[in-house]
Order: sequence, then structure tokens, then C-alpha cells
Amino acid sequence: MRKANQKWAFLFIFINLALFLLFFAWPAAFGVYYSFTDYNGNVSSFVGLANYIELFQDTSFYKSLWRTFLYTLLGVPFIVITSLFISVLLVSKHTKGKNVAKVIFFLPWLVSPIVVGVLWRWMFGESFGFINYVIQLIGGDPVPWSSDGTFAFLVVLFATAWMHVAFNMLLFIGALIAIPKTLYEAAEVDGGTGWQKFWYITLPSIRPTMFLVVLLAVFNLMKEFPMVQALTNGGPGTDTTFLVQYIYETGFNQMRVGYASAASMVLFVLLLVFSLLQFKFTKGGKVND
Amino acid sequence: MTKLHDRVSTILLTTALYIVAAMYLFPILWLLLSSLKPGSDLFSFPLNFFPENPTLENYSYSWETMEFIKYFVNTLFVAIVTTVLTVIASATCGYALAKYNYKWLGVFFICILATTMLPTEVIMNPTFSVILNLGLYDSLAGLIIPSINTATGIFMFRQYFMSVPDDLLEAARMDGGNEGVIFFKLMLPIAKPVIITLAIFSFQWRWNDYIWPLIVLSDPDKYTVQIALRSIVGADNIDWVLLLSSSIISLVPMILIFIVFQRYIMDTGSTSGLKG
Repeated sequence: MRKANQKWAFLFIFINLALFLLFFAWPAAFGVYYSFTDYNGNVSSFVGLANYIELFQDTSFYKSLWRTFLYTLLGVPFIVITSLFISVLLVSKHTKGKNVAKVIFFLPWLVSPIVVGVLWRWMFGESFGFINYVIQLIGGDPVPWSSDGTFAFLVVLFATAWMHVAFNMLLFIGALIAIPKTLYEAAEVDGGTGWQKFWYITLPSIRPTMFLVVLLAVFNLMKEFPMVQALTNGGPGTDTTFLVQYIYETGFNQMRVGYASAASMVLFVLLLVFSLLQFKFTKGGKVND
Repeated sequence: MTKLHDRVSTILLTTALYIVAAMYLFPILWLLLSSLKPGSDLFSFPLNFFPENPTLENYSYSWETMEFIKYFVNTLFVAIVTTVLTVIASATCGYALAKYNYKWLGVFFICILATTMLPTEVIMNPTFSVILNLGLYDSLAGLIIPSINTATGIFMFRQYFMSVPDDLLEAARMDGGNEGVIFFKLMLPIAKPVIITLAIFSFQWRWNDYIWPLIVLSDPDKYTVQIALRSIVGADNIDWVLLLSSSIISLVPMILIFIVFQRYIMDTGSTSGLKG
């Protein structure tokens, strides 16, 4: 009986097991192997650690690595604060017309990353965009949204907060609704202010969801690629080129597969380290309990 | 006093909510309104917020220039087939992980979790080599097959089946059904909410996917909608008239799905707690 069940269990996972081996384990192994070769699509020879040594001396790699960090460091709090703020407003007893607002905030989830890039590029066009038009209308000078690296980076951050809020908002709303009302009532009896209630009741109660949202946001931002490609194409120059685009361009456009694979391994190690840290802080990853 | 206080709060917070909502709606609204303007009005200052002479000519232009029917058919085919297969695979796999207790299953579950740490974006080049080796390059099957595996889907079903009491399973075993029959006749039907949620997610992932078609496809006849859009936005001189209306066209299927399944989508945050 138990043996028969084991056969069934194997049958049940078989598709996913096969796909895991084919499209995860195999490419991962290839990636490790490539990173020690000078593979360029045709011929490869073993070069040892040469790719890694070159990588750590390559300023364009450092720049894109640092930009990816900065993007994650600024983008994640931006996403978390915006989604939490919106969610709090959406569960507050003091707001009206919640359903319409909720649908509006959710719309960006339907929009593909490419179209998100198009939307923001269109709005922030230097000579034709709506934003610069309004700035000029109220007497300001047009802002170089696409020709200045810092401003371009800022637009990328706006677009990021816009596209990632929808789902996190749903997560936060779910967590906020689950907080027992009695906690707030008790605080009111003790004369707690709205801010105190938020700080001492709301925030601690949604901690597991907060961890989940941060984890997902970090992963999504570390591997951001399509939206930025459509929005700025990594420019001006390489000022908004993040790591995945860097890997794509070295690997596919310049055909330096070995070198790109070494960069992939660095990104993988970063994601791994972050996961382990997260795992440790959430005491075994039990974020859902 | 408190009543007045309440009313002031209501006005302030509702205003705040709608200011932020307007900021979120604006990018889409502006794209939509711009797409209805004649091409000559797009770049002439002063800009009008609403089109003076609304026209659909941009849409017929992009419908003629781009082979949207082809891209829609390709993308729909990929999205629907992948979604069906993803639901079946994730349901069986999640069920096995929830209801059987073998050491190798635990190891496999860790492997599945590991896939979230090494997403395809990170290993595009090696993945491309694998696609070539398997003969899947430049075929729609090359988009479908790798995308069936999703940690999120497996995780959703695993969580759900863990909440199903083991007694139910034991009782069915007493009645003499084999494991396959029990799963398809009893367990799968009760997982309907998860099936619907994952189906919607999977469709959205595939419809909006960019990475896989970018790696796998090269023949323009096999392009998906996103890759077709990328070919417009990646040009040296962007044809905005074409791009604006094409972008709106590409949103239509997702909007329709949202209208039909809104209830299921909006409930997911509280139940599943995951995204792709």
C-alpha cells in the first residue's frame, strides 16, 4: 500500500520534476560551467577564474551592480510605504468610495512591464511629455527627464512604485483586516492617538506580511529588466542599466557568454545571501503563520 | 465634538485617497486620451488634456501596420495552453507535497523553492543553450514547456491541500479508490478557488511575459504581443502614433479578464499571499 502510494506521489510530481531538471538544474549547471570558459556561442575553452577576475576589475559591471543596489535600496521602501499608505486608507472607516479606488490601484497589475515603460516614457518625454508641459505652464524650465541620468533614474523609481503597488496592496489589506478590532478599542480607551495606534498596533500586527512584501519586492527589483528597457533602454548612456540588462547585453549582443555567466553567478549569490538573511530573520521563513 | 472630528477626518482622508488614486490612474488615462488624438496633435504645444477631435485613425493605422491578429493568436495560444498545463502540474505536485510524507519529497520541495532564487532572468544565456539543445528554439512550444513549472502555483496548491483534513483522504482510501481517482474525483474539485486564482495569474504572467519570448523567438511570424510592442519601442525613432494605440490594444484581453474575474482577483491577497 505504502509502496503503491509512493509510486503515485512520484507520478504526481513527475512533470514538475522533469521541468525542474531541464530548465533549472541543467541551465544552472551550464551557467556555472560557462562562467569558467570564454564561450562565445561557438567555441569555448576553459579559462579558470579569468572571467571573475576581469569582472571585479570592470567598472561598467561595478556601476551596474551599484545601480541595481541603489535601485533596490530606494525602490523597496518606496513600494512598501506607498502600498501600506494606500492600504491603510482603503481599510480606514473614514474613507468613502473604496471599491472604485481599489480598482484604480489594481489596474497597473494588468499592464505589462513593456507597456509600463511606454506609459512613463510618454508622460516624461522631454519635449513632448505631459509633465514637462505642466512644468512649463506654471513657469518652470523643462526637466531633462531622459538626458540626465539622475532624473531618468527618478522616473524609473516612479514607474516602479506605480507598477508594484497593486499586488502588495492586496497583501496588506488582507493583513490589516485580520487585526482584531478589540486591540484598537482598548487603545482608544487608553486615549491612544491615531499615530500611536498605527505604530504600536498596526505595524507589529502586520509584520509577517511586511516581510513577505519586502522579500518579493527585493527579488523583483534585483531582476528588473523589461520595464526599464522600454522606459529608458538603460540610458542615458548606461545610467539606468541594471544587472539583468547588463547580463543580457554582454551575453546576447556582445556574445560574451562566459563573461555574462560569471556576472549571473554574482547576481545569484546576492539573491541567495539575501534569501538566507531573510530566512534567518523570519526564523525559518515561516512568514505565513 | 467627536462627530465633527469624524467628519473632518472623513473629508481629509477621502480626499487624500482620491488624490493618490488620480495619480495612479493618470498614466493610463493619458495614454488612452493621447491615442485618440490625430497624430499631428500629439506633439503640438499647447497640449490639450482631452482630444479636440477624437479619432480612431491611430487604431486602424496600428491594426494595419502591425499584424495584431497573428500576435494575439500566438500569445493566446501560449497563454491558454500553458495555463491549463500549469494548473494540472501544480495541483498534482502541490497535492503530493501536502499529503505524502517521504524524505525525497521534502528534498524536491526545497529544490522548487530554490527556483525562486535563480529566476530565468539571471541565467538567460545557459537557458538559451538548453532551448537550442532541446530543439525548442523559435517555436511556441519553447515558450510553453518551460513556463509550466511555477513555484508560486505549486506553493498555492500545497498550502491549500494542507488545510484539507487527512480524515477525508483516509475515508476515501477506505472506500477503495486508488490515489489517482481520489485526487481527480475528490481533491481537485474542492480546490476550485485555487484553480481559478492560479489560472488568472498564469494567464497574466504569460500574456505580459517578455523574457521567454525574447530568448526563444526570432521569427516575426511567431512573435507574441509583448515582443511586437518591444520592436516598436526599441526602434531608433519611436513611432509614437503606432506605439500608443498598439499599447492600448495589447491591454484589452487583460482588462476583459479583470472585468469577468474581478472578485477572484481581488480576494487573492488575503488568501494566497504570493505573486509571480
